[in-house]
Amino acid sequence: MMPAPESYVTDGHSTQEPRQPVVVLRDLEKRFGDFTAVNKVTLEVRKGEIFGFLGPNGAGKSTTIRMLCGILQPTGGMGSVAGFDITRQPEEIKKNIGYMSQRFSLYEDLTVEENIDFYSGIYQIPADKRAERKEWVLRMAGLEERRLSRTATLSGGWKQRLALGCAVLHAPPIIFLDEPTSGVDPLSRRNFWDLIYHLAEGGVTVFLTTHYMDEAEYCDRLGLIYRGELIAQGTPDELKTRYMAEDVMEIACAKPQEALRLITALPGIGYASLFGSKLHVVAEKGERTPEEFRQVLEREGIPTESVERVLPSLEDVFVSLIEARDRQEGAQREFAR
Amino acid sequence: MMDRLKAMLVKEFIQAFRDPRMRFILLVIPIMQTIIFGYAVNTDVTDVATAVYDLDNSRESRDLIDRFARSEYFSEYEYVQREERVRELLDRGDVRAVIRLERGFGAAIRSGRPAAVQLLLDGTDSNTAGIVAGYAATIVSRYNIDVSTQRLAHRGIVPGPAGVRLETRAWFNENLESRNYYVPAVIANIVMVITMLLSSMAVVREKEIGTMEQMIVTPIGKWEFILGKTVPFVLIGFINVALVTAAAVFWFKVPLRGSLFLLFFGTALFLLSSLGFGLFISTVSHTQQQAMMSAFFFLFPAMLLSGFAFPIANMPEPVQWLTYLNPLRYYLVIIREIFLKGVGIEILWPQMAGLAILGACIFFFAVSRFRKTLS
Repeated sequence: MMPAPESYVTDGHSTQEPRQPVVVLRDLEKRFGDFTAVNKVTLEVRKGEIFGFLGPNGAGKSTTIRMLCGILQPTGGMGSVAGFDITRQPEEIKKNIGYMSQRFSLYEDLTVEENIDFYSGIYQIPADKRAERKEWVLRMAGLEERRLSRTATLSGGWKQRLALGCAVLHAPPIIFLDEPTSGVDPLSRRNFWDLIYHLAEGGVTVFLTTHYMDEAEYCDRLGLIYRGELIAQGTPDELKTRYMAEDVMEIACAKPQEALRLITALPGIGYASLFGSKLHVVAEKGERTPEEFRQVLEREGIPTESVERVLPSLEDVFVSLIEARDRQEGAQREFAR
Repeated sequence: MMDRLKAMLVKEFIQAFRDPRMRFILLVIPIMQTIIFGYAVNTDVTDVATAVYDLDNSRESRDLIDRFARSEYFSEYEYVQREERVRELLDRGDVRAVIRLERGFGAAIRSGRPAAVQLLLDGTDSNTAGIVAGYAATIVSRYNIDVSTQRLAHRGIVPGPAGVRLETRAWFNENLESRNYYVPAVIANIVMVITMLLSSMAVVREKEIGTMEQMIVTPIGKWEFILGKTVPFVLIGFINVALVTAAAVFWFKVPLRGSLFLLFFGTALFLLSSLGFGLFISTVSHTQQQAMMSAFFFLFPAMLLSGFAFPIANMPEPVQWLTYLNPLRYYLVIIREIFLKGVGIEILWPQMAGLAILGACIFFFAVSRFRKTLS
C-alpha cells in the first residue's frame, strides 16, 4: 500500500480515546409532496468509522446522503457534519467532505490528469502541494499509466477509483460514498475496499451506502434503512446477535432440493434456501429444535449429516427485520379499519 | 476565487474546443453561414421575368416594350400569343409581370389620344410587386415625356427646361445595395444564435450527465461557477464577431466605417443579454432538449421583432413596445450604424444604455434563479 499523505497521517486517531461524533442526525426528514423519503432518522457516526447505510433501492439512502452533503434541503429535523449545520452552513460542510455519487460524475471528455487538475483548482489546493497530491491520487487509483487517457475510455473500476481519488484530493476528514461499487467487477470492488480501509486508517470518516450484504460486512457499523426509516443500527455482529428474532439453522443432508421442499412446507418456517450444498433455514424462535428437523428429514428417507444452529447472516437479519416491519404495518392497517 | 475560476475556465475551454465537431461548429459554420446568407439576404429587385402580350404590334408598342427590356429591372421571358398563356405563366410563377398592350395603342399615341398599357403583377410577394410597379411607372413617365417632346418638336417648339428636377443622393449606402444593410444584421443573428444555444446548454448539460451533482458538493461559489460558464462564451462570441465581420468586409465588401472597438463594446453589451437569457433557460430546464426548445422559442420572435427584415416603425404600436424587450433590436441598430454610418457613441449611447440595462436585469435574474442545490 502506498504511503498516506502527510495530512492523513497527522490526522490519525488513537483507538483508545473516545471518538467524537462527526456526523449527527436528529429526526432528519425529507418529504417530496406526500411521499416521505426519509422519516425521522436519528444516528451518529464517530470519527474514523466506516459507517454503512444498508437498504434496498428506494429506501432513502441516497436522499439522506444528499441532505448531509448539502445537495438537498431537509424538510424536518436537524443534522450536522464536521460540526456544521446542514441547513445553515452547507458551504462550510462542503469544504470538509468528499463525495462520490452513484453515477460517475467526472468529466468524460477530460483526461484523467485534467479532471484531477480541475478539482485541485476547485478545492484550492495550494500550488506547491498540487503536484504531490496529484501523484498520490494517481498512485492510489493505479492510474499512473493512464494519466493522459480520456476518462471516457476507462473501465468501470478505474473510473470508480478516479472518482474516489478526486473526492479525497483535498484530504477531507469525512467522505460520503453513495453506492460506490455498484456495477464494478469483484476484483475492482476488493481493490476499492482496500482504498477505503486505507483512508479510514488515516482517520478519515467514511459514510457509505450499499445494498450489497457482503460489502456491509466490511463496515464498522451499519444502519439499516427501510422505507425511509432507520430500523436498526449497530456493528455487523451486534445486528446478527441482537436483532434476529428467529433461529437460523444450517442443515447438511442428501437430496437438498427435496429437503428444501419438505422444510418449506413445515409450519413456523420463515424461509429456507439453498446455500451451497447446505440448507439455510430461518425458523420461528424456539419453534423447532435441530433434532426435529433431523427427524422430519429422516422420516422421509433423507440421510441427514448435521443440523446446526448458526449465527445469522446480515441478509437473514435484514430480511427478518423487514418482514417484522411489514407485519407490524399490516397489523396497524387492520387495526385502523 | 481566482483558483476556482481559473479551473472552471480551463475546463470549459477544453470541453468547448477538444471535440473537432465542436471546433467546426464554433469556427467554420459561422463564416459559411455569413457567406451563404450574405448572398441570400438580398431584396434588390432586378431582372424581373416578364411576359409581353402585344396585341397592337405597332412601332409605338414595340418602342415601349423595348424600353422595358433595356432597363436592368425587366427581362423578357416570352412573347405571348394567347390570352390563356398569360394566366398559365403567372400561375406557374414563370413570370412575375406581364405587359399587355391593346390593339390601337400605336394609333392612339399617333393621334394624340391617351393610350393604356396594362401591367399584370404577381402580387403574392406584395413588396416586390410594389417595387416592380414603381419601376414600370418610371419607365412609362419617361416614355410620356419623350412622346410629348417629340410632339412639340413636330410643331416646331423646343421645350425649355422643366420646372423641377429631383436629385436623389443616398447617404451611407450610396448604391442602395440591400446586402450592405442585411449582412451586418446577419452577423448579429449568428452571434445571438451561437451564444444563446451554447449558454442554454451550459448548466443543463452538467445536470443531465450528472456532473452538476459533484459540482454542488464542492465549495465552488455561485459566481465562480457562472462566470466560469459564461466567460468562455463571451470569448467565443468575440471570435465569431471578428470572423464574421472579416467575411463581410473582405468577401462582400460591406463598408465598415465606424470603430471596431465600439463594435466589440456593443457586442459585449449584447452578450450580457443573450448569455443571460441562455443561462436562465439552462437553469430552469431539466433536460438539454427542453433547453434547446426554449432557446428556439426565444430566438424566433427575437429575430422577427428585431427590425432585421421587417421595419419596427411599420409594426402596430403595442408590438413596437414589445420590441424594447428584445436585445437584438438594440444590437442591430448598433451594428448597422457602426458599419454603414460610422457613427460613434455620441449617437449610439441610447441603444447601448438600453442593452446595458436589459442585459444587467436578465443576467442578474438568471443568476438569482441559479441554486447550488438539486430539486
